[in-house]
Amino acid sequence: MKSYLPPEFIVERREDRCIRCLTCVRQCGFETHVYDAEENSLLSREELCVGCLRCVTLCPTRALTVRTNPSESRPNANWTREHLRDVCRQAESGGVILTGSGNDKPIRSYWDHLFLNASQVTNPSIDPLREPMELRTYLGRKPDALEPGEGRARESECPNVRIETPLLFSAMSFGAISLQAMQSLARAASEYGTLFNTGEGGLPAELVDYGKVAIVQCASGRFGVNWEYLNNSAIVEIKIGQGAKPGIGGHLPGEKVLAKVAETRMIPVGTDALSPAPQHDIYSIEDLSMLIYALKEATSYRKPISVKIAAVHNAAAIASGMVRAGADMIVIDGIRGGTGAAPKLIRDHVGIPIELALAAVDTRLREEGIRNWASLVAAGGFRSAADVIKAIALGADAVYLGTAALVAMGCTICQKCYTGICNWGICTNRPELAKRLNPDVAARRLVNLLRGWSLDIKEILGGMGVNAIESLRGNRLQLRGVGLEEWELRVLGVKGAGE
Amino acid sequence: MKNLRSLNNPYRDDKVFEGCAIFALLNQAGRNVSGEPVFRAISNMRNRGNGLGGGFAIYGIYPEYAEHYALQVMFDDPLAREEVESYLKGRFEVADEEEVPTRKTQAVDHPPQVFRYFLSPRAGWMDDVTEDERVIRAVMDINTGIKDAFVFSSGKNMGVFKGVGHPETIAEYFRLDEYRGYLWTAHSRFPTNSRAWWGGAHPFSILDWTVIHNGEISSYGINRRYLEMHGYACTLETDTEVLAYIVDLLARRQRLPMSLVTKIMAPPLWEEIERMKEPERSELIKLRQIYSSLLVNGPFACVIAHHGEMIGLNDRIRLRPMTAGIGGENLYISSEEASIRLVCPELDEFWSPQGGDPIVGRVKPESPEIFEPARPEVSDEDRAGLKAGGRV
Repeated sequence: MKSYLPPEFIVERREDRCIRCLTCVRQCGFETHVYDAEENSLLSREELCVGCLRCVTLCPTRALTVRTNPSESRPNANWTREHLRDVCRQAESGGVILTGSGNDKPIRSYWDHLFLNASQVTNPSIDPLREPMELRTYLGRKPDALEPGEGRARESECPNVRIETPLLFSAMSFGAISLQAMQSLARAASEYGTLFNTGEGGLPAELVDYGKVAIVQCASGRFGVNWEYLNNSAIVEIKIGQGAKPGIGGHLPGEKVLAKVAETRMIPVGTDALSPAPQHDIYSIEDLSMLIYALKEATSYRKPISVKIAAVHNAAAIASGMVRAGADMIVIDGIRGGTGAAPKLIRDHVGIPIELALAAVDTRLREEGIRNWASLVAAGGFRSAADVIKAIALGADAVYLGTAALVAMGCTICQKCYTGICNWGICTNRPELAKRLNPDVAARRLVNLLRGWSLDIKEILGGMGVNAIESLRGNRLQLRGVGLEEWELRVLGVKGAGE
Repeated sequence: MKNLRSLNNPYRDDKVFEGCAIFALLNQAGRNVSGEPVFRAISNMRNRGNGLGGGFAIYGIYPEYAEHYALQVMFDDPLAREEVESYLKGRFEVADEEEVPTRKTQAVDHPPQVFRYFLSPRAGWMDDVTEDERVIRAVMDINTGIKDAFVFSSGKNMGVFKGVGHPETIAEYFRLDEYRGYLWTAHSRFPTNSRAWWGGAHPFSILDWTVIHNGEISSYGINRRYLEMHGYACTLETDTEVLAYIVDLLARRQRLPMSLVTKIMAPPLWEEIERMKEPERSELIKLRQIYSSLLVNGPFACVIAHHGEMIGLNDRIRLRPMTAGIGGENLYISSEEASIRLVCPELDEFWSPQGGDPIVGRVKPESPEIFEPARPEVSDEDRAGLKAGGRV
């Protein structure tokens, strides 16, 4: 069947600059560029281009430009270009449209409608270059009070994990991302004093030394879960849901399950790795409690147990149940959260924005008097330290960075993670592509990102006149809303600007 | 139901913004002394206040009723007094009551009536909780439920006297020259609002705890939310109220020693903690983990007092002035050194503490006049704040 889909991108090559080095041909895993040796000419099969800009970045003479295809059908505000494309794709394939990365729709970003406070006259701002500014955070359950008499809390019941900045790397599994990418995340987390997350694909043998900075996931497929895995960790995380695909499971196709992935996931080479939509031993809140305590038993009550859910309508009530079920940390992943592969319809339409879910959960836990029983981590599309600071002011203890970390390593969010081809060597396991990512360089870039954002956070804290992150955490008086409706301000628990 | 916010924070700001002067005197021998030096010292810092609030807390003033809770209540309307009295008489034995004596003072404008009641809880009303809890309930009920009435103080053998005016004016109005106490705290206020309400002046008090405070608590938003989780309604929307409740939660309900309470409010920096020896190091880490939301951040100097003890505390990077001196039996804490020198030119000791280092003044144990209130048993449930929150 001939495809009616026009190319999404066009490739422009300046012949006066091109030296026929063929870098573009070698670099494009999608095989967009073709060299005709007879004619000594380069052609572009633009229908294959995903717009990842690998060739543009590496072209030594800057001969290449990739642009969105300017060809347009008759303008139509209802039938957008994307709707036309999607109908066309499904008419040609008869299947579900897959995609990768986070939601790309212009969903209201509440971060952009929240503004931060600063000190003027009645209290002094603090210069973080001259004064200490503390970002250290502890993740895990806190007792309600110091034990009377003894002078110390029952520490054994409240294991806590220290992080030096409230920035964690999100769950990205080996198999979805390359070993090199995971190694980069692990090394950066270790160097900066924070944590990375194995996702649901297990911890590769090469990275066992990084167990102490790993949040290890126990997801519906139970891939790679054994006693050593659970105990070689900082935190154990039960994954119930993911912001990019609430309510559905995962599917790593058999062709991506190469020897190393198979070994780490503890499945035969070449078999599909299916993560069921629910955890089949969790059909209710009491089942969750049983799994939490099974994991606590398995780890001798020495690790905080985290539970991650997607931000959905009743997140507040669900989170409260999770805390009562024994979770020491809860993670809420909003609708802008990323993924290696998800049906596009689900990614774009199921779930709610993290800002509203986070505020609702923090408020509910406080109303019930159990906020200190669990740490609260927000995830889903944090683009800058400003987003992070606003999340902390709404009530988060820390945030997960997924997409931002990938971008730091080179990702351009082309959304083709589900294809198994990643020209940047991040979201692929094809050896010739994966080796492009140099962990020495990528880890350095990640550490720089953590450092840069941490400095940003310190600057803002100092401006507010506080010198510890805990004085901002849940301090919604430091936020004001602009352009928000009454109900939105109410859910966020913030006043309007000027109020 | 009255709206305290409209009285104390009429513009609905995040909190009441103000600057001020503080002064405190503790006779470490526990001897009751005249407040004359306190009046002179606080009026010497007149430029730190603007005449929109002055107040005093005095301990040891009602020895004849030392076993009774002394409720000092202000009324903007005589009808409110009837309502309060009928509320109190249903729940407490009233040993004595009177209008707090005043003297006509030109500088005082439209003063409210202030009455005091010496009370002990009746059997049959909230018998399942401690007497302290019952008094707190009564204070909260009056403050939030009865229009035009506000409780200045509710502790035994102590009282708070405060109002709109310079502190020396308030002292003259309430005839404080006629009182003798072993512990005096004084406050002169500089609110940023023009409207001022008598109940909004310092000290703030609950039971025998009083707080005077100079500064702005930038962490107010989260301190308040944490306290709300433990059942405290921050009705006045002022950061000083938060200080009083933090101390009540930690020192009275959770029975932590004041040395830990001050470490929670103004903890050492992490880098200092890392250099400490065990077990102090682990203990401070634990404190900062558990009570991170009670770190009081931003510039402040405050004096927290209760029977037998007075604590001066600065924020941990010392952004507000506070100095201390000892002369003879007296320990002084002041915003400015000059005020201490004014009333006690020859000091035996004099120091300005580092940020977060508390000034702890205690009455020597053998002193005769000190009234030490019994510390009743607090249930585990209450300690965890669950009962007051009433939610779990």
